[in-house]
Amino acid sequence: MTAPESPPGAGPSPQPALGLAAENVGKTFGSVRALHGVTVAFPPGQVTALMGENGAGKSTLLRILSGDHRPTEGEVLLDGVPLDLSSPTDARRAGIRIIPQEPEIIPHVSVAENVYAGSLPRRAGRRLDRAELRRRITADLAALGFDQVLDPDLLGSELTAAQRQLVEIMRAITGTVPPRAIAFDEPTSSLSENEVEALFALIGRLRDQGIAIVYVSHRMKEIFRLADRIAVLRDGTLTGVLPAAETDERELVRLMVGRDLAGLFVRQDVATDRVVLDVRGLTTDDVHDVSLQVRAGEVVALAGLIGAGRSELALALAGDAPVRSGEILLGGRAVRLRSPKDAIRAGLGLAPEERKAQALFLHRSIRDNTSLVSLDRLRRRRFVKRTAEKQLAQEYADRLRVRAPSIETEVRTLSGGNQQKVVLARWLARRPELLILDEPTRGVDIGAKAEIYQIIADLARDGVAVLVISSELPEVLGLADRILVMQNGRVTGELGRAEASEEVVLALAMTDDLATGPRTTDTDATTGVAR
Amino acid sequence: MTTPSATADQRPQAPAGRARPTGPRALLDAVGGQNLILLLALAAVLALFGSLNLNYLSWNNIQVIAEAATIAGLLAVVQTVVIICGGLDISVGSQAGLASVVSAMVFTSTGSSALLGMGAAVLVGAAVGLLNGAVIIYGRVNPTIATLAGLAAYKGVAQLISDGRAQGYVLGDPLFVFLSRGRIAGLPTMVWILLLIAAAVHVLLTYTDIGRNIYALGGNDTAARLAGINLNKYLLSVYALTGMVAAVAGVLLTARTGSGQPTSGSEGLELQAITAAALGGCALKGGKGGIGGTLLAVALLGALQNGLTVQGINTFWQNVAQGLLLVAAVVIQQRRGRERAVGLPA
Repeated sequence: MTAPESPPGAGPSPQPALGLAAENVGKTFGSVRALHGVTVAFPPGQVTALMGENGAGKSTLLRILSGDHRPTEGEVLLDGVPLDLSSPTDARRAGIRIIPQEPEIIPHVSVAENVYAGSLPRRAGRRLDRAELRRRITADLAALGFDQVLDPDLLGSELTAAQRQLVEIMRAITGTVPPRAIAFDEPTSSLSENEVEALFALIGRLRDQGIAIVYVSHRMKEIFRLADRIAVLRDGTLTGVLPAAETDERELVRLMVGRDLAGLFVRQDVATDRVVLDVRGLTTDDVHDVSLQVRAGEVVALAGLIGAGRSELALALAGDAPVRSGEILLGGRAVRLRSPKDAIRAGLGLAPEERKAQALFLHRSIRDNTSLVSLDRLRRRRFVKRTAEKQLAQEYADRLRVRAPSIETEVRTLSGGNQQKVVLARWLARRPELLILDEPTRGVDIGAKAEIYQIIADLARDGVAVLVISSELPEVLGLADRILVMQNGRVTGELGRAEASEEVVLALAMTDDLATGPRTTDTDATTGVAR
Repeated sequence: MTTPSATADQRPQAPAGRARPTGPRALLDAVGGQNLILLLALAAVLALFGSLNLNYLSWNNIQVIAEAATIAGLLAVVQTVVIICGGLDISVGSQAGLASVVSAMVFTSTGSSALLGMGAAVLVGAAVGLLNGAVIIYGRVNPTIATLAGLAAYKGVAQLISDGRAQGYVLGDPLFVFLSRGRIAGLPTMVWILLLIAAAVHVLLTYTDIGRNIYALGGNDTAARLAGINLNKYLLSVYALTGMVAAVAGVLLTARTGSGQPTSGSEGLELQAITAAALGGCALKGGKGGIGGTLLAVALLGALQNGLTVQGINTFWQNVAQGLLLVAAVVIQQRRGRERAVGLPA
């Protein structure tokens, strides 16, 4: 393994660097490489921002730094000394703290007990020392300036999102081992403006105490306010470490997304004028006033960041989430989809985001997994026609080039890409008019990716309307005839193939963060689909 | 995990083919690893007790074993279906007791109509099963808790309507006599009933789309729902089926003992049923298992119990053995499934 490209002003220095560092760290999950030889330093007394697209490897890197994952290769160093981190406890003892995006709060105990969970003060006989607990929490709250915002007697379940975050921060800072490095994983996603200010002030103080700060975020504004240095990951590789003062948004976006996958995509123009799916003003608990159309033979992509409401929209279209208002027309007819069964009957298929949790039956065969939604066409008086079923499963396993010893192989033994192909085979065998593919290439190696792109192109050529949800911008740009960008449950823009670029899509996906006010008004104009 | 490139990419690269293994491998595939272990264990048990007591392997004693195992066997068969769905029914014994009392009391009060007695028992079984399903689905109660409540409540109902005593005397009726002592082609009627119901459930699970959907909803309920399966309908039906088969077991209990028994003979059957299903290879998380394995486990448990009794071993020890077997069955399953231990890092 050679060190990755080392941009000026960064890279490993000859003498042992102070602070936290990852040295040549790689991580493989099954056949998927999440990180490749990442070398990056987090010096003390500085805020190092960590940026990258969804799936670029930020979370994996954080988990390795926090001892939650063991790296497949490379080392984590503290002050130049390699650490042997085999559990989060080891990392804690070394002074490394992570503030997770979703704070883990014990619901039925007080703030004080939540903060010191695992090292509660106790008296003889292991009884809880309430007086000492009270003294400690009061002192710590005052020292951190949280005494006005956090009542130590509140129960975990009574806390607001911001207060939960504060509890996590207190956990990180208090304790017997003083913190040496603290990582924040998108801490502001659930905070209000005032709370963000308070958090930034706190981070500033921690930095001034000489603690190394790792700050993961998508939000450019915050990063330029807070960060001293910015490290960018893409596809598990470090693409640059830049001093914040010497870079700008354009350069960061280029480092985050600029890659060439164009060769993998099949360019064709087979979209027809026949509208298959027509959604008008759809509102559910998670998406608001969404209108869109997908035509036969057309591939429409839904772009956006995680949490933008794309998967929720897909589930609503698949009949798995109640519709509050608006209507869904399939082939020109208004349909009421009260259950996934209704949606399947109406000619709609969804290959959901989490294939293992939401689609696959891991202990069943490829044949069983493939035929499941087509059983109503494969049975005679409720008896499954075995021969027909085998033919169907074999046909689609062959067509999608599922690599397995036989169609009787249990799906759990397959690689991620082949599992995804089994999910696709299930829906292709059903022959839906509209197929929604939610993150069809997540966790899939590059070869299988190319094959899945070909499958999507073939579907479109057969006249299927395809709606693809993807967080990978090159994929969105390469596949789609038309791109809809979502944020916070709303469509914030629509782009044709010609006008779309990674920068434009990313800008629309982060509209609220880059600019507030005027943007939200002119997005309304773009939600209406051109007729 | 240390050699990343040599994992999934290096697997057999041939597209899924029709290759069929041959030789001993094929035999193993056909029988299944778990079933093979059960067969070996059964052979070991038979050999052990057979060598200790020559009468143990006599045709007579084997029929005694089969008859004694029938009632628990019926419950184990339906328990298998419930567990495949990802549920659990620990009220099956109480359901059988209730059905036993109902069959005898209706038989008596209708002037010795065996058919009405049996019909009423099966109806009550279906109703009780539906109630279990409704509490679990619409009350969103964990199946273990819901049927634990049923275990107590149905036993109570049986005791209330029977005043806690054995009810009626049915062995004056030819149909009940046929059930308890009759034979078809040399096998006791009761054993035929078990085999018939087991075969029907096996066909349902393996050859119909209903069975596929049952495995699907137990294996991954979210995925099953997204594949268009109506989970509630299936769960309700499965619990209703369980109630009906438990009622058949209750009717057989009435026939065997000659009268309706609120508790005697049915208490503890749930433990045997669950043990047999777990030994037979049902994953307690659902989605995995089959009738073949369960029947083998029923045979193994029956042979073991009879052998211990023949050797004059205290029934208290038999209870201990049963508990150990249940734990052992689940431990083996967890190991085979490579279940991640609680509290240990990956």
